[in-house]
Amino acid sequence: MSVNPNYHPSSPSVIEIKSSSVTLPLLKLLGNDLEKISSQLMEKVHLAPDFFLNAPVIIELREIVEKKMELDFSELVSMLKGYGMNPVGVRGGDETINENAKSVDLVVLSGPRSKQKTETVDREPIPDREETKETPSLAQIIDHPVRSGQKVYTPGADLIVLAQVSHGAEIMADGNIHVYGTLRGRALAGVKGNMKCRIFCQDFRAEIVSIGGHFKISENLDASLVGKPVQIYLQDESLIIEPI
Amino acid sequence: MARTIVVTSGKGGVGKTTTSASVAMGLAQKGCRTAVIDFDVGLRNLDLIMGCERRVVYDFVNVINGEANLNQALIRDKRCGDLYILPASQTRDKDALTKEGVGQVLEELKKDFEYVVCDSPAGIERGATLAMYFADDAFVVTNPEIASVRDSDRMLGILASKSRRAEQNQDPIKEFLLLSRYSPKRVNMGEMLGVDDVQEILSMDLLGVIPESESVLAASNSGVPVVLNKESDAGQAYVDVVSRYMGEELPHRFINEERKGLFGRLFGG
Repeated sequence: MSVNPNYHPSSPSVIEIKSSSVTLPLLKLLGNDLEKISSQLMEKVHLAPDFFLNAPVIIELREIVEKKMELDFSELVSMLKGYGMNPVGVRGGDETINENAKSVDLVVLSGPRSKQKTETVDREPIPDREETKETPSLAQIIDHPVRSGQKVYTPGADLIVLAQVSHGAEIMADGNIHVYGTLRGRALAGVKGNMKCRIFCQDFRAEIVSIGGHFKISENLDASLVGKPVQIYLQDESLIIEPI
Repeated sequence: MARTIVVTSGKGGVGKTTTSASVAMGLAQKGCRTAVIDFDVGLRNLDLIMGCERRVVYDFVNVINGEANLNQALIRDKRCGDLYILPASQTRDKDALTKEGVGQVLEELKKDFEYVVCDSPAGIERGATLAMYFADDAFVVTNPEIASVRDSDRMLGILASKSRRAEQNQDPIKEFLLLSRYSPKRVNMGEMLGVDDVQEILSMDLLGVIPESESVLAASNSGVPVVLNKESDAGQAYVDVVSRYMGEELPHRFINEERKGLFGRLFGG
């Protein structure tokens, strides 16, 4: 294998190789009479035309092999294409039949482990690990006091305050909130509904704290927690405030 | 380079005008040409406190509107030749002030004066915001009680975000905290917030502590800035404030309750 002389290890990547599991329709052949196959297929296609239209199809050959039948692949492929299908590969065949399949550019896939299921192409089915949620961006850091009347909101991220939050100030985040100072104002975490967010502060004197919309006002707070370092989280829709 | 100082607070009645008058006089007495401007249009007081209310011909709004020039409106103090006062209009209201107009007047003043002290009205509306918009330094005057402290906190936030320096991404306004009407006796009784409490709540060090003093009322009644009263504790505190502002390091006086000895109690004083 020759190495591309233009390859520079430092250039940014434009490809990514991954493992993926995909679901495809499987056409299991129980006989090799192409006319019968055609008429029976026509019935099925009429029942659910959209299912087959442009569908990539795998041809299951196990029965054909067991019955030692022969199969004209080029005719089979044109017939399937006539019904709007797109035969892409075969499986369950033996060496001879596989060679025939390859000659019409069908891919030979490894044999099934399951029985009558019409699913999974048989690679190791490592599911796609892409998160459906957005990966959170880096936290926003504020290193000056948040004064009364000021509002801070960090969309899509955590908020870290390295000074005090005055009475009458509001700090809000889609993520967690950390206050490495005295929290006297309002702190609202998980503003878009993330119930798993937490609030951490070094000196707890907040007016209101809220996580994912569940809030507590200072009047209803345990007096023994005032002035202490605490963390606040939701448990069964109840705000728990714990010394840390 | 001339410095513009705004004396502000948020809360009313804490001692802004008293402070503006005494700080301006204190700076002028140190030989610095100083102008002090009253921004409280319609509720002017600075001319009373400075004792020049009978010499007001033209005012700040007249100058902004081009009805008079600065030289006609500025009143020179009779006691200190380096101090000039620009009074506010009493007949108009704050809408008469415009940002451009205020900016032009301040620019012109800065050519002639080393310090321009702007006496802000109370509140956070137009008069107060215009008074602080062009400032380089801010004296935030606070009384040792929670309402005043919270209003000062709000004002500090506004100074940090709504000034010209903030809008143009320059160095922010330099903030100085003044605690006025301080009574150590009431602090010890638990009625009033102490120096440490206020510094902690506002996360700021103090430029000075002005004690509650009967001499302040006497001074304003007679139109003499209290800093000129050498025997007054408040007056001395203002002298310290000006010195500290100009870089001297001085310990805070008047923050501890005076303990009268037996002789003191017997013979008064």
